Amino acid sequence: MTDTLARPDLLLLSMILAPWVGAVLAGLLPRYARNGAAALSWVVALVGLVSAILLYPNITDGPVRHEIRWMPSLGIDFVLRLDGLSWLFSVLVLGIGALVVLYARYYMSPKDPVPRFFAYLLAFMGAMQGVVMAGNLVQLAIFWELTSLFSFLLIGYWYNNQLARDGARMALTVTAAGGLCLLIGVLLLGHIAGSYDLDVVLGAGDQIKRSPLYLPMLVFVLLGAFTKSAQFPFHFWLPRAMAAPTPVSAYLHSATMVKAGIFLMMRLWPVLAGTEEWYAIVGTAGILTLLIGAYAAIFQHDLKGLLAYSTISHLGLITLLLGLGTPLGFVAALFHTLNHATFKASLFMAAGIIDHETGTRDLRRLSGLRKAMPITATLAIVAAAAMAGVPLLNGFLSKEMFLAEAVSNPRDYDRNLLLPVLATLASTFAVLYSLRFIHQTFFGPPAQDLPSTPHEPPHWMRFPIELLVLICVVVGIIPGLTIGPFLATGVQSVLGEATPYYSLAVWHGFNLPLLMSLVALAGGTVLYVLFRRPINTNPHGGPRLFRPFDGVRIFDGVMNGLTAASERGASVFGTNRLQPQLRNIILVMLLAAVLAALPFWSGLGANGFTLTPPDPGFVVLWLLGIGCALIAAWQAKYHRLAAVVMLGGAGLASCISFVWLSAPDLATTQLLVEVVTTVLLLLGLRWLPKRQDAIHIPPSEQRRAKARRVSDLLVAIAFGAFTAAIAFRVMTMPAAPDGIGRFFLEHAYEQGGGRNVVNVLLVDFRALDTLGEISVLGLVGLTVFALLLRFRPGADSLSAPEQQRVQRASDERHETRQPGDTLQDTMLVPRVVMQWLFPVIVLFAVHLFLRGHDEPGGGFAAGIAMSIAFILQYMASGTRWVEDRLRIRPLKWVALGLGIATLTGMGSWIFGYPFLTSWFRYAELPVLGRVPLPSAILFDIGVFGLVVGSTVLVLIALAHQSLRKPRDRAPAHPPAPPLEEVV
Amino acid sequence: MELMLAIGIGVFAGSAVWLTLRPRTFQVIAGFSLFGYAVNLFIFSMGRLKTDAPPLLEGGGPVDPSTYADPVPQALVLTAIVIGFALTALFLVILLALRGFSGSDHVDGREPGE
Repeated sequence: MTDTLARPDLLLLSMILAPWVGAVLAGLLPRYARNGAAALSWVVALVGLVSAILLYPNITDGPVRHEIRWMPSLGIDFVLRLDGLSWLFSVLVLGIGALVVLYARYYMSPKDPVPRFFAYLLAFMGAMQGVVMAGNLVQLAIFWELTSLFSFLLIGYWYNNQLARDGARMALTVTAAGGLCLLIGVLLLGHIAGSYDLDVVLGAGDQIKRSPLYLPMLVFVLLGAFTKSAQFPFHFWLPRAMAAPTPVSAYLHSATMVKAGIFLMMRLWPVLAGTEEWYAIVGTAGILTLLIGAYAAIFQHDLKGLLAYSTISHLGLITLLLGLGTPLGFVAALFHTLNHATFKASLFMAAGIIDHETGTRDLRRLSGLRKAMPITATLAIVAAAAMAGVPLLNGFLSKEMFLAEAVSNPRDYDRNLLLPVLATLASTFAVLYSLRFIHQTFFGPPAQDLPSTPHEPPHWMRFPIELLVLICVVVGIIPGLTIGPFLATGVQSVLGEATPYYSLAVWHGFNLPLLMSLVALAGGTVLYVLFRRPINTNPHGGPRLFRPFDGVRIFDGVMNGLTAASERGASVFGTNRLQPQLRNIILVMLLAAVLAALPFWSGLGANGFTLTPPDPGFVVLWLLGIGCALIAAWQAKYHRLAAVVMLGGAGLASCISFVWLSAPDLATTQLLVEVVTTVLLLLGLRWLPKRQDAIHIPPSEQRRAKARRVSDLLVAIAFGAFTAAIAFRVMTMPAAPDGIGRFFLEHAYEQGGGRNVVNVLLVDFRALDTLGEISVLGLVGLTVFALLLRFRPGADSLSAPEQQRVQRASDERHETRQPGDTLQDTMLVPRVVMQWLFPVIVLFAVHLFLRGHDEPGGGFAAGIAMSIAFILQYMASGTRWVEDRLRIRPLKWVALGLGIATLTGMGSWIFGYPFLTSWFRYAELPVLGRVPLPSAILFDIGVFGLVVGSTVLVLIALAHQSLRKPRDRAPAHPPAPPLEEVV
Repeated sequence: MELMLAIGIGVFAGSAVWLTLRPRTFQVIAGFSLFGYAVNLFIFSMGRLKTDAPPLLEGGGPVDPSTYADPVPQALVLTAIVIGFALTALFLVILLALRGFSGSDHVDGREPGE
């Protein structure tokens, strides 16, 4: 291996990209591909780990950076930055990640959708790598929130478990809220330092500490760190997160994610630490968390609960060390972070094995497991001893450093005994709960009533624990030869010149810290012997003293309060009734229009009116149109069919107006849409309740109803009058000579290669809008389809309509006739005509499409014409007849259409142009001559396909509803294929 | 012409507002449809009225914009027509689903006074 690598950027990228790519791939695996997903994740973690190890020579002298420009105008770039500290955390994330993957392969049940689990786990790994490798503060905050998100998904992995859902929600609420605080904090920090770049910020320490914004910035940053690292008073989410699968607890909630807050404090330690404020906030939070966590851990009956509180306590210890603000404290904190990750991850995995093999995690039920699983027991005992700080294990070394720091706190309160005493007390508690963990689980008589008979797990499930415990022992005995150089690189990368002298030796002579350790070991043992019985019989799992400070209760109270407040707000300011909502919207619209129109009104008539002389035909057309609209409004309640016809009349009036006023494209499209809409409405009418008699209104309501009608009428008249006035005023003003219309008219042909300017606008100049629009259309089609799959018609619409019943009765009266014959006879001529029309309409659609670029037509009109061709067949011959002969597969049309349109847009990327840049050329074809071949034609094909698909999907979905109801007298028919098979 | 079209748009819009404020789902759908016509014509009319001047170019060469109808409102309205159709389809199905679930065709899903 050379000293430095030629291309460190590739390795940097692979360290962060591999997990993300792996996550996507794992998500694509089949639902129960447990081995495949595990192997993939294992490879991914190893790729990252090997990249990290190969990069080590590069980072011993300083950070390696790789920059990708992201939002340079805001000073935010995507910067990957690896130095000693982030290298250590990366190895932690990737290395323990690899072990957890191996463990999870055996832990997860083949009945669970395991690829989803690994996809989340890898995504979390990627997010965590993003946090530790971030060279930009905003980027760090974003990945920080991603870790919260994937932690949420992982805790809630068994989502049919109420505890898992609650725990996931609580963890997300607390950590994501903290993440928002962190974002505010880093924005302030970036503002003070003048850049979000980490290297610039780290170089601006004095400036930051002198800034008046220092304290608020510090508070926000620390809120982020404390919520993430479960510091008091935000620690309560961590025990709840234990509802996650145990590999998640081992990985996220002991080794990595909860260390993100610690990492942040370490990362920013040079520029934030050392002030009185830092000492007061971080030190206090640390010591409280240390004590409360350790004390609460003693009383847990759940194995994982004990480990969770112990984790909280150890995180508090690290925070306290950082809070002291001394370089030696920093060294101890970093060392303890690494040690804690190794012994706590192995303990969690051991707890998972115990749970897996015995079926319970309750310390009161477990007993004597050392006989059933001797190897696991030995491993867990060693790890727990490391947790308690027993000599010759790694936990002892860092705890010694901690105690030494507690004794030699260099502040004015040198002689203050409080810190050393509290530190010893916390260590005693740690000994006590570690002892309880070991003794209750592995010693005593073998447990009798366990849900399953315990035995050793598969070897590879135990292997991660073996490796981690081996690390605990080796580091504990020869620290200088193992962790020493890496720790030194990590410390050096943060402290630089200020790196203190420290010794990793196991034996420092007989000094005060060693005495404190011995006191703790002895005290913990004595306390356990004395209080073992009351602790085990305590039903609350903890002393009553804590109840008022119980974070879970406070959290639930706050959440309930928020919900109640928003419900009250909604009931005061909102309504569930549609009519008042619509009325308010319309009134606001009217008000806004009046206000906007006022400035123009003063000049009424000032510019004169440009009027076109009225054409008698146009006047007659509009008198008819107005009549249709009024009748539709009047009749829509009791005579729906009449209203549909009248609506069609109004639509026709606007359609003819388009022809009249030089808009042939609009007229074509409007006419075709009109046809389809009418068919739709007619299909829907069938399922509405009959309304022959006047609706009964209770007498008490009658006055209110009348008043509402009067006020609605006034609103309607005002709205109509005002709309007419504005329309008239604008139409009679001279047009601006340099409107944007000019540009399109002048450039449509030379740039878009088409003579129909409207079509060129749609598929070329404004193609992005059109793409959005057809996406909406596709979404509507899918929504309609999804809604109708679950549709159940109203009870009174279930039976056959009256007309069908009359026809069937008449058929049955004649012996020579079969039921359905009348329908066949009546429809004979229309059916033949419509069947013969099919190719004609298809040809018409093709015609519309082909001429679209130069003459009125285009993808929309052609698509709708095509769907009319299909629906006519349904109408003429019935759903069954058509589907026996023709499967239209509208979902495929939708997908294909959207795909073609998008790919056409992306095609311009190949040539280095922005999305949807069009290109055209004339082709000389035999017979046809010179033909324009713009790329926009391809786009228009996409539009066409999507319009056909969506329209037909909606119509078929509606038409299929009539096949749902039981056919009382038609046993000859095989059951109709369900809707989801047809599309 | 202008006056007639303006009155027509006004009547369409007024009838549409009346219908959308009614209590039955079908009335509201009819109202939205009518609203669509009114708004489309309104937007279209913003390009001023021109007869016999569709925005179809003769071929290459310089263009005199004053001899063509404004293509921009037309393109906007063409989009609006299609979206309006999608909206009608969606509302129609929501109407049917509401009717199936609640047994009522009142916009609030239950008869007044219940």
